[in-house]
Amino acid sequence: MNYFPDEVLEHVFDFVASHRDRNAVSLVCRLWHRVERLSRQRVFVGNCYALSPEILIARFPGLKSLTLKGKPHFADFNLVPHDWGGYVQPWIEALSNSRIGLEELRLKRMVVSDESLELLSRSLANFKSLVLVSCEGFTTVGLAAIAANCRFLRELDLQENEIDDHSGHWLSCFPDSCTSLISLNFACLKGEINLAALERLVARSPNLRSLRLNRAVPLETLQNILMRAPQLVDLGTGSYIHDPDSETYNKLKHTILKCKSIRNLSGFLEVAPRCLPAIYPICLNLTSLNLSYAAGIHGSELVKLIRRCAKLQRLWILDCIGDKGLEVVASTCKELQELRVFPSDVLGVGHAAVTENGLVAISAGCPKLHSLLYFCQQMTNAALIVVAKNCPNFIRFRLCILEPTKPDPVTMQPLDDGFGAIVQSCKHLRRLSLSGLLTDRVFLYIGMYAEQLEMLSVAFAGDSDKGMLYVLNGCKKLRKLEIRDCPYGDKALLTDVGKYETMRSLWMSSCEVTLGGCKTLAKEMPRLNVEIINEHDQMEIGSEEQRVEKMYLYRTLVGPRKDAPEFVWTL
Amino acid sequence: MAFDKELNLEATELRLGLPGTKESEKQPTIAIKSNKRALPNFNEESCGSKENSNASHLIQKRDQEIASPAKAQVVGWPPVRSYRKNCLQLKKMEAEAAGMYVKVSMDGAPYLRKIDLKVYKGYPELLKALEEMFKFSAGEYSEREGYNGSEFVPTYEDKDGDWMLVGDVPWDMFLCSCKRLRIMKGSEAKGLGCAV
Repeated sequence: MNYFPDEVLEHVFDFVASHRDRNAVSLVCRLWHRVERLSRQRVFVGNCYALSPEILIARFPGLKSLTLKGKPHFADFNLVPHDWGGYVQPWIEALSNSRIGLEELRLKRMVVSDESLELLSRSLANFKSLVLVSCEGFTTVGLAAIAANCRFLRELDLQENEIDDHSGHWLSCFPDSCTSLISLNFACLKGEINLAALERLVARSPNLRSLRLNRAVPLETLQNILMRAPQLVDLGTGSYIHDPDSETYNKLKHTILKCKSIRNLSGFLEVAPRCLPAIYPICLNLTSLNLSYAAGIHGSELVKLIRRCAKLQRLWILDCIGDKGLEVVASTCKELQELRVFPSDVLGVGHAAVTENGLVAISAGCPKLHSLLYFCQQMTNAALIVVAKNCPNFIRFRLCILEPTKPDPVTMQPLDDGFGAIVQSCKHLRRLSLSGLLTDRVFLYIGMYAEQLEMLSVAFAGDSDKGMLYVLNGCKKLRKLEIRDCPYGDKALLTDVGKYETMRSLWMSSCEVTLGGCKTLAKEMPRLNVEIINEHDQMEIGSEEQRVEKMYLYRTLVGPRKDAPEFVWTL
Repeated sequence: MAFDKELNLEATELRLGLPGTKESEKQPTIAIKSNKRALPNFNEESCGSKENSNASHLIQKRDQEIASPAKAQVVGWPPVRSYRKNCLQLKKMEAEAAGMYVKVSMDGAPYLRKIDLKVYKGYPELLKALEEMFKFSAGEYSEREGYNGSEFVPTYEDKDGDWMLVGDVPWDMFLCSCKRLRIMKGSEAKGLGCAV
């Protein structure tokens, strides 16, 4: 291997695309490490506190694309207090002071300020792509800076962020010379939009492939936009309401016929079901359909729509589709790979929306299914066993029975056997979320069979420390473990402390771990940050036996973080 | 204190609820927590045996007992992103505010009425309300035979413009597809499976 010049190695490494493979390549020998790092363009950082911007910049001088994740996953469900951390500002400052020509930045669960966006837009001349998922802290002022200053912007993708809307003028900040847009998604913006500016922007963006509008964009504007951009591949409608007898609607029907490239459809944030027939012609070619925000489409309208989508590979819907609706999906969408069924009534355990029957039907009709997120009223072991048999290819299986600790309603048993069947049958399972009544036994199964499992989410489950230990001992590839409201204590936490250095992070809330236990762990493992979240000043520094309400630990190269707020103690 | 009792401050206390009733204490998150703690320690061997089913029976019973006082809202459950939760709640509030008024006509009646379907929780309530409003009796509903033993039959026009028998589809589906109601005279309703 020493006889090959670096350029040859680099050329070979060009074909090694995935982050993991490249990481593996860099471990072979010093030479490979050097060649790899100098040629690496895309880097993924799963926990922004695992390293510092300086380390990143020093190692990868050729960095073009950076993905950063901030807050722990359970922050999505309000379990992490505001101001916990996850700021992107230090990263942008460091990048702007370096010679790195960053072109793409993808952030998830991070705090992004308008300052950060402005700094980014002014200091990175070649910046092309900004993707923000579940972030917060910025307003349309920051967006205006991006629009105005990033001369080669190709992608601005805002997914489910909490954005303060100050005005719709940010869209007008795209200069007339900006014609490079390929993807624009502002569906999560709550405020008004300058419609004329939007239409002009679309008109001068011949490469536009993906456009997702917000609620403020009416059907008339959609019509005008589709006229100018029939080449769209991905469309998210805004407000889809009109009088079906109107001229505008008629025009829309004809315009849509020209949009032969649309493969992804989403939106319908507001919808008049009688206007849905206009989109029927594109249904046949759809591979991805997201109606999870379309609360206005249900019952027979929803079913009629789905019956036309025979090529769907990905479907996101609300549970008002019902078991019967899922049977229609099962008989129509034979290519289905990913299904997400969200609860339409998030406040409670209301009337039966979907049950185990819907899932069984799907598993029988859609053999290619590999990713599932399913919120349901109930589940049975028998159903899970059938699903496991029908679909051995699950990579992601996330089941959420709305009522915590609910058993199998037919047998009144825990769901250990059902989930056990899933992990035993699905040998490629990488992500699993459990719910319902569960004992230690399900964790025994998981430890035994879930060999590829990387991420496990557990709530209100198990009886003793054994449960957690089965998982820590058995799942060799485990990277992320998040647990809430389970009876796991210090024994489970401390039995195999070395394990945590092989993982990205561990979250435990409302469990039985004590301050003393966490302190012991922190002492034994200096390369972990063991953070305690002490909300409402519950904890006193003295007593070791007091229970810790929220603990988050992660491996890191850079020790305790300096931006931790008062209520976060790094032990 | 005796002084307070004489004044009977309780009687003048401003409170929600009918006079004479005492409001029970609300048990929020704590209810679920105690539930979890009480789970017996299962042994692998005993799983699947009688003990197990008894224990889970107890758990179920405890569930019901504890859950009934108030619908306990557990923080962060169900695990839905706050962004999505906020969007759906907003829509729900908008929809609830709007109400769902449909016209109701009855064969032979000189003018129509309007009712808000959202007000009713299911078919029995709706039928009772219609019966009271128009002074008729709908009879017994069965899936096979429709409405038995009545001169009048409740029907509705759905989104496709077809006239359907009230009661065939799940309530939620009915709410979404019902555009107007019509109480048909039995003789006309023969085609809808009414046995008169």
